[in-house]
Amino acid sequence: MNDDLIDLLWKGLLETLYMVFWSSLFALVMGIILGVTLVVTEKGGIYPAPAVNKAIGTIINGVRSLPLIILIVLLLPLSRLIVGTTLGPTAAIVSLSIGAAPFLSRIIENSLKEVSAGKIEAAISVGATPFTIIFRVLIPEALPALVRGITIGIIGIMEFSAVAGAIGAGGLGSLAIRFGYQRFREDVLISTVILIILLVQIFQWSGDSIAKSIVKKRYKFE
Amino acid sequence: MIHIQHLNKSYKTAAGSIPVLQDINLHISKGDIFGIIGFSGAGKSTLIRCLNRLEEPDSGTIRIAGKVITELEEKELRQARQKIGMIFQQFNLLDAKTVYQNVAFPLEVAGYRKAFIREQVRAMLDLVQLSDKEDVYPFQLSGGQKQRVGIARALVNQPDLLLSDEATSALDPQTTYSILELLKEINRQLKLTIVLITHELDVLQHVCNNMAVLEKGRIVETGSVDKFFLYPQSDTAKRFVHIIDHYREKRNVWEGAGAGI
Repeated sequence: MNDDLIDLLWKGLLETLYMVFWSSLFALVMGIILGVTLVVTEKGGIYPAPAVNKAIGTIINGVRSLPLIILIVLLLPLSRLIVGTTLGPTAAIVSLSIGAAPFLSRIIENSLKEVSAGKIEAAISVGATPFTIIFRVLIPEALPALVRGITIGIIGIMEFSAVAGAIGAGGLGSLAIRFGYQRFREDVLISTVILIILLVQIFQWSGDSIAKSIVKKRYKFE
Repeated sequence: MIHIQHLNKSYKTAAGSIPVLQDINLHISKGDIFGIIGFSGAGKSTLIRCLNRLEEPDSGTIRIAGKVITELEEKELRQARQKIGMIFQQFNLLDAKTVYQNVAFPLEVAGYRKAFIREQVRAMLDLVQLSDKEDVYPFQLSGGQKQRVGIARALVNQPDLLLSDEATSALDPQTTYSILELLKEINRQLKLTIVLITHELDVLQHVCNNMAVLEKGRIVETGSVDKFFLYPQSDTAKRFVHIIDHYREKRNVWEGAGAGI
């Protein structure tokens, strides 16, 4: 084993975690805002606004229809504007957040739609405001589905970050391409693959555990 | 208490507009337990849901306790809804909240202090005999218990009116009976007006004083429940009461022939 392997992997891992953490955070904030807006403004929703709904839906579909690598290229000027560079993990966060937000919005929209209309009506019938219904009924009731969906989203961002690595984002993806592929370092290639697989397993396991603990608390027999 | 005048409602579909309620006129007095009966698709559910504007009527006026419900702005409507309790066939409890939190919800919406909420919720749970289930989640409750929580939630903010949308239709006869007894008890204790819709004669006969028959979106008969059973006028009423007559005749034949049961 080469001495530099551990160093390379450690740096790659940290960069990947850094990118995934911040991209997930920003994508989640955007995704929750957009996803909630989609559910609330749809026809028959708690605050119907068909024009807003349609506009957001169209933008989301537009962004989602672009292959990620093209989206990253398109967003390079924005990265330069916000973080001052188009290279490295910080620049990638801009593209990854914007690339993943529409995906997360749809996941969040679908989870929220699972909440039965009856529960919402019950809340309306006691005089709750749309704001109260969103934060006290819609989101808490959909929480297990939301956690599962967000887990899928974060794993998606992890995959995106590896793709971004191919065009200068850094992280494990970049390591696999630059060392494993271009410099024929099989040890690097195999180690990064193992690390990526482990990371995905850990994310999935954490998400599942959180969702399960919520479900267990609400739906258990004594 | 409730005055409904010239209420109309239709659903717009691709094929055109389908009338659901046509020129509904109804008066319900304070303290009454008023039943609305009809077959599926007669418009019962739409009618009761118009009373707190879960459904928006197309035209007509609804006055409840002096307020013209049909003219209220969003904010006023929300305030009016705080004084109109509603219970549902599928209970519609929140799975994420305990029994206590479910019942406390309307009071939190209304912005009351924690101490006051605790007092009211405890009193309400006592009334529906679920004091020992405070910290339990709805999933663990039986259908009857869930509806008791639903009733507690509907009444905790001391409404003037309780709307019951087929509240016992998902329950077995025994449980239905106990829920109906509870409604009667509440009507007596709190002097609460109750409007309920049902397709079960049993429910009508057991709790209601007055009633209306809904047929294809129109009210075809109103009056006391006794009058409905003794002198059914409309087709719907006759079809409902028909089965009772059928057995009455059968009994006459049996008794005439000297047979016992």
